[in-house]
Amino acid sequence: MKGKAHKFGDNISTDLIAAGKYFHLRNNLKELAKHVMEDADPEFVKKLTPGDFIVAGENFGCGSSREHAPRIIKIAGVSAVLAKSFARIFFRNSINIGLLLIECNTDGILDGDEIEVNLEKGIVVNTSRNTEIFFIPLPPFMREISESGGLVEYVKKKKTLG
Amino acid sequence: MGKTLVQKILSEKLGKEVEAGKIYIFPTDWVFAQDGTGPLAIKVFRELQIEKAFNPSRVVFFLDHASPPPRSELANSHKLIREFCGKIGCLIGEEGDGVCHQIMVEKYSAPGQIIVGADSHTCTSGALSAFATGMGSTDIGVAIALGKVWMKVPSSLNIHLEGRLKEKVTAKDVILYLIGALGASGATYKALEFTGEGVKSLSMDDRLTISNMAVECGAKTGLFPSDEITREYLISMGRENDFREISCAVDAPYEKKVDINLEEVEPMVSLPHSVDNVFKVKEVKNLKIDQVFIGTCTGGRLSDFTKAAWILKGKKVKSRLLIAPGSRKIFLEGEKERVWKTLIEAGGILLPPGCGPCVGIHQGVLADGEACLSSANRNFKGRMGNPEGAIYLASPITCAASALTGYLTDPRETDS
Ligand code: SF4
Repeated sequence: MKGKAHKFGDNISTDLIAAGKYFHLRNNLKELAKHVMEDADPEFVKKLTPGDFIVAGENFGCGSSREHAPRIIKIAGVSAVLAKSFARIFFRNSINIGLLLIECNTDGILDGDEIEVNLEKGIVVNTSRNTEIFFIPLPPFMREISESGGLVEYVKKKKTLG
Repeated sequence: MGKTLVQKILSEKLGKEVEAGKIYIFPTDWVFAQDGTGPLAIKVFRELQIEKAFNPSRVVFFLDHASPPPRSELANSHKLIREFCGKIGCLIGEEGDGVCHQIMVEKYSAPGQIIVGADSHTCTSGALSAFATGMGSTDIGVAIALGKVWMKVPSSLNIHLEGRLKEKVTAKDVILYLIGALGASGATYKALEFTGEGVKSLSMDDRLTISNMAVECGAKTGLFPSDEITREYLISMGRENDFREISCAVDAPYEKKVDINLEEVEPMVSLPHSVDNVFKVKEVKNLKIDQVFIGTCTGGRLSDFTKAAWILKGKKVKSRLLIAPGSRKIFLEGEKERVWKTLIEAGGILLPPGCGPCVGIHQGVLADGEACLSSANRNFKGRMGNPEGAIYLASPITCAASALTGYLTDPRETDS
């Protein structure tokens, strides 16, 4: 996975990702995705090339349980979110819908850097700065859900949750 | 070694000892969603192609966020939810019944249960010693179908409370203080457990306010023991049979202990745009407040309005004042006590029971550059519908005292 980093700070809330003022678009995720991250950076959607990464600090996705937040990040074409930590509901929602999250030290990644993620090895390579950042892969159960494409696919395949 | 409340509740549900940090599949007692997250949960349920709900009498949908709906898309969501509830035979909280978390504690939540809701403040029911936690629509769609969820057992932080709150200091100030101390992600992937003599001096309304905001420091849930106060609360809701005692063990394996002496807590305020940006009210000078909002699942209970009415009786507000009772029950009880009359005479605007302006869908949207002081739980940028507006969080008493002067005001300086 290769792409450009779009850098954000700490505590990026679900209100910044999927603003409450677009509540009425919640049943139309394609439309809602046109406003992803709007209150954090109104130009974000314009700047985004599919395959790019969102890179942030601590507590990404804090706030409401709206699963629309990770869903529209995925629909907008972001290939993964890298952050120092994630809020827990956002974290499980992302696994449940198959959006890739990487918990790692993002200090060395700046806005616009080209980065490459190697999931097998658990490494993020910052090609713009020639640095490597290691991360711990997800526990097997979560990885299985995520790799099935999300919880719905997982349950359909297994016919149960366990 | 004793068990944390989390271990007690979850081990009993699973019929075997659970370990913190491990993932298990748990059965659910209650599964719910609201009008913002419900339609997606329904879509997920349908995608699973499992025709029936696992136990429809334990599934509830609440029409509270956009109620009554301000536009057709939202009215259509309500229609979709009503039709779905009719079809699978589950329960519904209608428009005007109130906020999901408030109705859960009034009617459904009980000690020892596992409750999952597609709303982050599901942790409110932790005040009743239920392992209650917010999830997303996919989790909820699956739980409706299977009556199960996957969960990692959180380790617990022990919040040890001593002493009693002073006059005009409230549970809201305690939880704001704690969030300021822990930080917005200080308890991520963990649970809060409240213990100590101080717990006994907190009413159920106080506990609900505190548990409600556990998620604002990242916690999965915020649990109180189930004691006499829990019993009395359940009796007052006509549900004595739902009571059982669940007490904390002193020697439980807590990850960390935080001591709070309630005597020392002062009125607190959280400044924009993050909840952990907490200061003492007396430290913030000359802050003009354009709008005050008292309501929500944090600060919209009868005792919150009674306290506000006590401050505002016979006076006139200088800021716009919006008030939204948390539930129909609270609305009716406040009516008996003439609370609304007092607040309306002081210049307040009474909104129907529900989320009101909390989440920026309708009502009370701020103008550019305006400041709102709110008894709610979140002050994120854009939360109340306009990223150019600023939201400050405080207790209902501080809200009322500030509405009176038009500036952020320490309620201890108000003469009632
Ligand atoms: S009152 Fe506010 S915080 Fe509570 S459920 Fe409604 S929108 Fe969410």
